[in-house]
Amino acid sequence: MNTVKRILGIVWILLGLVAVWYLIYNQAVPLWKAGGENIIAAVIYIFVLCPIIAGSLGCFGWFAWKGEFDE
Amino acid sequence: MSDKRSPMFAVIGASSVGTMIEWYDFYIFGSLATLISTKFFPSGNETLAFLSTLATFAAGFIVRPFGALFFGRLGDLIGRKYTFMVTLLLMGGATFLIGCIPAYETIGIISPLLVLLLRLLQGLALGGEYGGAATYVAEHSPAHQRGLMTSWIQTTATAGLIISLVVIAVTRSSMSEESFQAFGWRIPFLASAAMIYVSYIIRRNMHESPLFAKAKAEGKTSASPLKESFGNRYNLKYVLLALLGVTMGQGVVWYTGQFYAMSFIERVMHVPKVQVDSILIWALCLGTPFFILFGWLSDKIGRKWIMMAGMLVAVLSYRYIYTRMYETVNVQNKTELALEAKFTAELKGADSVYTSLRKYSDGTVFSETTTLKAGAPHTERTVTVSDTDKWTLIFWVFIQVLFVTMVYGPIAAFLVEMFPVKIRYTSMSLPYHVGNGIFGGLLPAIATFLVTRAGSINEKAVSQGLLPPIDKPYLEGLWYPMVIAGICLVIGVVYLDGKDNRVDD
Repeated sequence: MNTVKRILGIVWILLGLVAVWYLIYNQAVPLWKAGGENIIAAVIYIFVLCPIIAGSLGCFGWFAWKGEFDE
Repeated sequence: MSDKRSPMFAVIGASSVGTMIEWYDFYIFGSLATLISTKFFPSGNETLAFLSTLATFAAGFIVRPFGALFFGRLGDLIGRKYTFMVTLLLMGGATFLIGCIPAYETIGIISPLLVLLLRLLQGLALGGEYGGAATYVAEHSPAHQRGLMTSWIQTTATAGLIISLVVIAVTRSSMSEESFQAFGWRIPFLASAAMIYVSYIIRRNMHESPLFAKAKAEGKTSASPLKESFGNRYNLKYVLLALLGVTMGQGVVWYTGQFYAMSFIERVMHVPKVQVDSILIWALCLGTPFFILFGWLSDKIGRKWIMMAGMLVAVLSYRYIYTRMYETVNVQNKTELALEAKFTAELKGADSVYTSLRKYSDGTVFSETTTLKAGAPHTERTVTVSDTDKWTLIFWVFIQVLFVTMVYGPIAAFLVEMFPVKIRYTSMSLPYHVGNGIFGGLLPAIATFLVTRAGSINEKAVSQGLLPPIDKPYLEGLWYPMVIAGICLVIGVVYLDGKDNRVDD
């Protein structure tokens, strides 16, 4: 089980990167292009949501990979 | 026996009522958002549109986690009781004042700025309230009943939503629509003051949490809760685990069952708002007791697997449930009463208005109004559902609320048990509000994007003479909660221990 936990750690790190790509490319960029009040939402996606989502998944994945959650 | 039980019920009552009122305060703004925007953020002004968007996003996404950090730290430094009395007064004061602000046409730009400021204070207060109430009740509860006792706190968010819908409906029905639009919408905000006052009096007479009081007396409280919670590697990994293995999935299941369902029935299925509110109120009322049931059950069989089971059934059944809901109201599945169909065309000013009204054998009424304004057609559809269909929809929403109760009922006790007394308020509040506010709060935006994109792909294919590649594009929005809950389920199953049920550590 410990091996599974560690290998999945890499999956979570990669997932964090995919989430950032998805949020920026599919959410923030179209909102930014739409202009007006949509820019606020785009800024929130880029500077608040992406760091939180990528940071938490990346950090969690790193801890898992390093065996912090081993039994 | 009664001597031992009554203080516990007083603790639960005082905590739950206050938290429920805070949720009520938070939801009435959302429920009246359309009307509020006409009063404070009239269309056609870019600055006002900017402030309106900020009020919507900031209160839900950004300020709640900050409130969790700010009040969580206070709660771990000076105590649970005083902190969640502050959050109560802050929320009540902000809500009452929103009801007092003159409209934009009276005082201009000051009006939306004040609304924005007060809405931010509401978000801040909400961020601090839940962790305090859950911790306070859990630290009073006997170990073998902690899930049951804290499950009362878990009913408050749903109860607050129900009460907000009922108060608005009663206020609206007690006066003409003109009066409600003019001043009646303020009543639910002003009524909050009385509720908050009663709750404040009850909370004022309560004692501090015994575990926190003991830690404080022994000098074992934290001098720097934020640093110990998030700067300490050992604790940080549990904060991340709480977020990614529990609250992230709970957030999306909660938003899907209680808000996405409502939005789907209204906007995709075109059921009138009055019927949608009625469906939601029934489903929530029928589902609420299950928070208590699953809280109680978590004391018997453990909390982890109930929450994981809730996420699993949600992931597996959402597409089926939404298909059933859609097909229940789909008029193509019904027998039309051709003789009762009515078609009218009239001129209203410069607009041409075409209306068709169709009735079906089961009592469903479908109306479609197309307005041609300067040549650009605008169509509005309404499907007034029959009693039978209404109860079918109540059943399917109830099933989703049942999933909510599975993941949400045991979660307060579970989060409280994950962290030690000295940093508990801070450590459990942040993952809860990030999971709900950010992962849950993103649901409407991402689900709408997915549905719109699916529609565009189909339209493009049809315009090229091809068959639509996406079957049932209206279900595409469900991928977001299904994927997030699925990831959370895997993380929870693999990494969560679920065996620590101590709160005195």
